[in-house]
Amino acid sequence: MQFMLLFSRQGKLRLQKWYVPLSDKERKKISRDLVQTILARKPKMCSFLEWRDLKIVYKRYASLYFCCAVEDQDNELITLEIIHRYVELLDKYFGSVCELDIIFNFEKAYFILDEFLLGGEAQETSKKNVLKAIEQADLLQEEAEVPRSVLEEIGLT
Amino acid sequence: MALKIVKGSIDRMFDKNLQDLVRGIRNHKEEEAKYISTCIDEIKQELKQDNIAVKANAVCKLTYLQMLGYDVSWAAFNIVEVMSSSKFTYKRIGYLAASQCFHESTDVIMLTTNQIRKDLSSPNQYDTGVALTGLSCFVTPDLARDLANDIMTLMSHTKPYIRKKAVLIMYKVFLKYPESLRPAFPRLKEKLEDPDPGVQSAAVNVICELARRNPKNYLSLAPLFFKLMTSSTNNWVLIKIIKLFGALTPLEPRLGKKLIEPLTNLIHSTSAMSLLYECVNTVIAVLISLSSGMPNHSASIQLCVQKLRILIEDSDQNLKYLGLLAMSKILKTHPKSVQSHKDLILQCLDDKDESIRLRALDLLYGMVSKKNLMEIVKKLMLHVDKAEGTTYRDELLTKIIDICSQSNYQYITNFEWYISILVELTRLEGTRHGHLIASQMLDVAIRVKAIRGFAVAQMATLLDNAHLLTGNVQRKGICEVLYAAAWICGEFSEHLENPMQTLEAMLRPKVATLPGHIQAVYVQNAAKLFATVLKSGEGSADSTAAQEMMIERLPLFVQSANLEVQERASCILQLVKYIQKLQQKDVEIAEEVIALFAGELNPVAPKAQKKVPVPEGLDLDAWINEPPSESESEDEQPRAIFSKEEPKYSRPRHTEVDEKELAKRREVRKQEQASNPFYIKSSPSSQKVYQEGPGVEHIPVVQIDLTVPLKVPGLPMSDQYVKLEEERRQKDRADKKKKEKKKRKEKRGGGRGKKHDSGPESEEDITPAHMVDIVTEEMPENALPSDDDDKDPNDPHKALDIDLDKPLADNEKLPVRSHRAAEVLKSPTEDEDEPVVQSEETSVVAAPPTSTTSEVSDLDFWLSNAPVPSNAQEAAPVAADPVPEAASGAAPDSEPEEPKDTEAEETPMSNYCLLAENSYIKMMLEDADQVNDIQGNLQDGSQVVVSVIFENKCESFLKSMEFNVLDSLNSKLQRPEGSGAHDALSVPFQLPPGVSNEARFVFTMQSIVMPQKLKGTLTFIVKNEDSSTHEKLEFKLHFTCSSYLITTPCYSDAFAKLLESGDLKCSSVKLEGISMPFHHLLAKICFHHHFSVVERIDSCASMYSRSIQGHHVCLLVKTSEQTVSIDAKCDEPTLLGNVLDEIKQTFSQC
Repeated sequence: MQFMLLFSRQGKLRLQKWYVPLSDKERKKISRDLVQTILARKPKMCSFLEWRDLKIVYKRYASLYFCCAVEDQDNELITLEIIHRYVELLDKYFGSVCELDIIFNFEKAYFILDEFLLGGEAQETSKKNVLKAIEQADLLQEEAEVPRSVLEEIGLT
Repeated sequence: MALKIVKGSIDRMFDKNLQDLVRGIRNHKEEEAKYISTCIDEIKQELKQDNIAVKANAVCKLTYLQMLGYDVSWAAFNIVEVMSSSKFTYKRIGYLAASQCFHESTDVIMLTTNQIRKDLSSPNQYDTGVALTGLSCFVTPDLARDLANDIMTLMSHTKPYIRKKAVLIMYKVFLKYPESLRPAFPRLKEKLEDPDPGVQSAAVNVICELARRNPKNYLSLAPLFFKLMTSSTNNWVLIKIIKLFGALTPLEPRLGKKLIEPLTNLIHSTSAMSLLYECVNTVIAVLISLSSGMPNHSASIQLCVQKLRILIEDSDQNLKYLGLLAMSKILKTHPKSVQSHKDLILQCLDDKDESIRLRALDLLYGMVSKKNLMEIVKKLMLHVDKAEGTTYRDELLTKIIDICSQSNYQYITNFEWYISILVELTRLEGTRHGHLIASQMLDVAIRVKAIRGFAVAQMATLLDNAHLLTGNVQRKGICEVLYAAAWICGEFSEHLENPMQTLEAMLRPKVATLPGHIQAVYVQNAAKLFATVLKSGEGSADSTAAQEMMIERLPLFVQSANLEVQERASCILQLVKYIQKLQQKDVEIAEEVIALFAGELNPVAPKAQKKVPVPEGLDLDAWINEPPSESESEDEQPRAIFSKEEPKYSRPRHTEVDEKELAKRREVRKQEQASNPFYIKSSPSSQKVYQEGPGVEHIPVVQIDLTVPLKVPGLPMSDQYVKLEEERRQKDRADKKKKEKKKRKEKRGGGRGKKHDSGPESEEDITPAHMVDIVTEEMPENALPSDDDDKDPNDPHKALDIDLDKPLADNEKLPVRSHRAAEVLKSPTEDEDEPVVQSEETSVVAAPPTSTTSEVSDLDFWLSNAPVPSNAQEAAPVAADPVPEAASGAAPDSEPEEPKDTEAEETPMSNYCLLAENSYIKMMLEDADQVNDIQGNLQDGSQVVVSVIFENKCESFLKSMEFNVLDSLNSKLQRPEGSGAHDALSVPFQLPPGVSNEARFVFTMQSIVMPQKLKGTLTFIVKNEDSSTHEKLEFKLHFTCSSYLITTPCYSDAFAKLLESGDLKCSSVKLEGISMPFHHLLAKICFHHHFSVVERIDSCASMYSRSIQGHHVCLLVKTSEQTVSIDAKCDEPTLLGNVLDEIKQTFSQC
């Protein structure tokens, strides 16, 4: 997979993950192009399109479009499966996910994606394992982030 | 100090966190940019503080802003700071920011090397995890080089979580630092058999990605992947492996044979559409790479097509789309199988989804034949009329033209029909493809001589009705066809019925509103017409009228703003005037005028220029003169057929408005006329030319949407031709039947006559309506065949084309950190670290130089095995791996000897032997191989498949190859039904110089107990540029008894039972002077005689094989000193004797 984009029906980018090195300018151009092309497609149209020398696989979930760019020989259906799997993961993690969850916790959405895909390849096909890894990492984070009151900090010094 | 910290904490409380930022942005929709710029200022302040929590928060916000498209590269250093925090919370954010914001040109990346290394070896697996994840996004060549060794170490980490990530990231490392591939590959390969399924699937992923790009280096892994494929149940992994095989089969056709069965099984059994689709795709790829001729392959194709039909019929648009896509791949090699689904594909043209319609169109392109072309195009024409949206309509138009013109108009039987289709297409509104239609008209008129008369008549009508084409502003694009029409009428004016009328049409004042380049062609061709009129009757009324018309009308063009038009017009005007003057003096001049336009234009092949051979001794790169100090060479622009011309400013504005107005009036008038029964309809040519009225701009112009397709009067409709063609074919058929009947009657007297059933009409039966000679495009003499190398030199995967089977050299080790790190890190992997590096070194020393050959022969051996999917791999390792699992303790001593014997092993293990050869062609015979489906053949006699590789050794083209064998009583070559017992089989391909291809022939055997020798001949035509000769090559096919044996694995208990049963006859043989190691001996028997090892104890082994007719053959092989004794048992003594003789012979040769 070359990259993954999440954007809203209004064309606002919600998440982007690039697995190929590209300059910011190119990234912007590509995402702008793609968002326009995909939003222009009618709902009844199929989820695949050929774009430059890549294949674009996208799917709409509520108000969000999930869009992946894969290479010519890649399997479109398994890419759809990856998108679906990611949505399921988000859903499990946030508990019936909505666009706002992803906007406000965008770093979490990235963490989940990073546990699921690495370098553009699926690294873990078991949903359970992905969520376990995320939960444990979150736990680690919370341990480190035990809120310390201002007073406590003064007292410590 | 305390105060400072208090202050920091309080600040923190008032800082915006990410949520606040997002909320803020949402609340400031109107002035987002302004709000964000204040936020960025705040963030800059926050980043200046010492508190890492504040910094991390700031960086988190920056990451969000980066996604919104703001430049945050200025904060790169702060990101690195946050990355190096010791707290996981911040580190995580730092790495996330880095992975989103860094790219190769970010210069602070080089500062991160040590930090990343530290994190990689952190005792906390999640630290390592985020570092790996981050690295996968921003790895640079430098980072890859410096960290390759660390990551490789992590591939053997105790935690699968880390191993999995490390394996995956290696792919990115390879891409950036290709030198790391060879040292890391052995370990990567190991991971294919990792106990953790996640790690295993990661390794499969990486190797598949590598292999897809450079398949030939990974062929030796085929057996391993085959095993994985038949054992794995994980669809994600299966898809990758199957895709990998798809890439490997073109390199090794035998692999394809082996794959077909497990793949078809998967197709039948899987419920996952993605897997099904992948299997179908790979089966298609396999079948494309195999040459046709195998009887059971058509079944596989049928299966694929059936499954695809189900996909296409599905209501899910995605499946429909993919089904069509895959169908188009089959189409290339098996058009017949797809053609039977024409109905379905035509249905898809009505789909709501444009992308599906376009796919269906692509398919139609390949489905046409002489028989159905008219029908398909007729359907498409209907769609053209219905289509909404110009893009799709234009696409239809180009497809119609593509379909008709493909492979040099191969499928067109009636060019009159095609011309009328083209004329009908000119009615299309708003198409951009006028030039395409025009170039088709030109091409057909020039290259199909027989059609010129008809084409000229059509074009003359078009010219006469030019106003219909140019009338509407929207129809600008289509007026390009007038270019072609004018040129055709002028160039082939001898075919014109009424040249005067056409001349008049070409010189109407309205022509001056056409684009310049079209006017220029009009003027030039008016001159040609004039010459024709002059020739037809000098001094006649017509010619004087023509003269007057030229003199009267040409001045309009002389005033043209277009230079080309002006120049041509004034030249021709002067010429006409001069002719007039001469004629007044009674000078005969027609012949001289016609001579101006004499000579025929021939089409030149598009590549002709490129193919002109460079004369000997001419160096195109050498300077003719000394180079000027600063050369200003201007590249000449390639000239298109039609120069695209921008409308000139000088053209008065109101003419355009006038055009609309005219169109409108004409339309209104036409409708009036149509509804007025008393109106006598005039011929279109007599329509009055409207004069421009002053002040037309003020009249409000209403655009009329012409929903009624404009019909050019007087033009034949293409539909007529479809009907005519149908009648003609029916008549042809009837004629043929009559003739056949007659023949039959005649033959009945003679006794046996061949029966022809006149079933469905075949391609060859359709005779073209006209004798069409398509003028071929001209090529320069001595044209060189040139291959265009289209490999992209910038492809990053090219660097990974590395031979992985070669042993590692000393200088190929991965760079290991040489200096001492300042702090000694405690990590769980460190203990492992040392021995790993060491084993790397030892493997360099110990790696036997055999690896290449043994790998290759391993593969060869594996491939030549009978494909019994679940057991094949058990037998496979025996050949190359000297320590088979069954007897692993047996021969440790023989191991060191191995390097010595490799040369001996190398040659005889080749699977192909020379069959026959002459100066033209070489035939190589593959070890006769059994038909895949063993069970099916046990009863009904037995089939043996022979693969022959034909290699063209000469400089000429070899075609019409026919393979024939003199059948014996016992063995027969299988010929297609209906052909005689002595008919030759034609080889299903032709051979260009230097090319080789493989064909398979199926033989039926009555008895297999005796070896067979069959005499055969191959006849073929050697075609040179100027001559062709018939040649013949004789050969002898030798079927050994071993070739009737199928490698069949057998368990030791079953083997023991078999021996005890007492049904078997005994025989034995002794071989003297065998010096090869025992395992080589066994490998040889396995390889050449299709046995498998049942059990091996020290220098004694039992082996088993089965014949295609189900005879059991058991061997007990013992060796002592240099003597090998083989005791054998079989239920068929003759067969056994022959097999033993063959074994003996094998070993006497070496």
